[in-house]
Amino acid sequence: MMQMIESVILPDLLRAGLLDDAAGAYASFEGWIRNHNEGQEVHRLEYEAYAPLAITEGERVIAEALAKFPVLHAHCVHRSGLLEIGECAVWVGVSAAHRDAAFDACRYIIDEVKIRLPIWKKEHYVNGDSGWVNCERCAAHA
Amino acid sequence: MMKTLTVRYFAMFRENAGKGEEVVHIEADTAADVFNQLRDRHASSEPLGHCKVAINDEMVSWDNPVTDGDVVLLFPPVAGG
Repeated sequence: MMQMIESVILPDLLRAGLLDDAAGAYASFEGWIRNHNEGQEVHRLEYEAYAPLAITEGERVIAEALAKFPVLHAHCVHRSGLLEIGECAVWVGVSAAHRDAAFDACRYIIDEVKIRLPIWKKEHYVNGDSGWVNCERCAAHA
Repeated sequence: MMKTLTVRYFAMFRENAGKGEEVVHIEADTAADVFNQLRDRHASSEPLGHCKVAINDEMVSWDNPVTDGDVVLLFPPVAGG
């Protein structure tokens, strides 16, 4: 499942949704807002998304992960709106029978989400400037 | 052939254009034609291949044809996560 939300991400609650008696492994990834980027001090971050397509494309990524790796459940949640330093911007959780598949699927999902979903981020710097972040890997992928 | 299209701009494209959406009458066969002919609006310095496009809420490639009445979404380089 792929979700775009404007409220706080609660990893513990999301983790509970992946519980399965057949699962021997759980892997998750959290992307946090850090206070610096490329030499600039970051004050906060603003995410803009085109939610209808972000969800469609995110669902596609998750379906690919479920097909590629022997996992039981996979879920991704991405924030939009204004986020403060330390907040969780994206969460990915995967449960599987074994850890290799859980790690691999989790990695696949976050990597694809970053380069395929119509989501943009604008950094607001401590000095008052702001700028859209250009993902170099995304450009390389395109 | 002249077509009437609704074009939507996102993120830095929206800020450059000063608007999120407009109806345009242009001669365009493909999504790439739309992007290139509207350079004075979205003001992108990015190569086409770094950006993405959707038509009527479907992600498509830049050589996808456009037809009269389409809604064309122009996406600058994405940066989720």
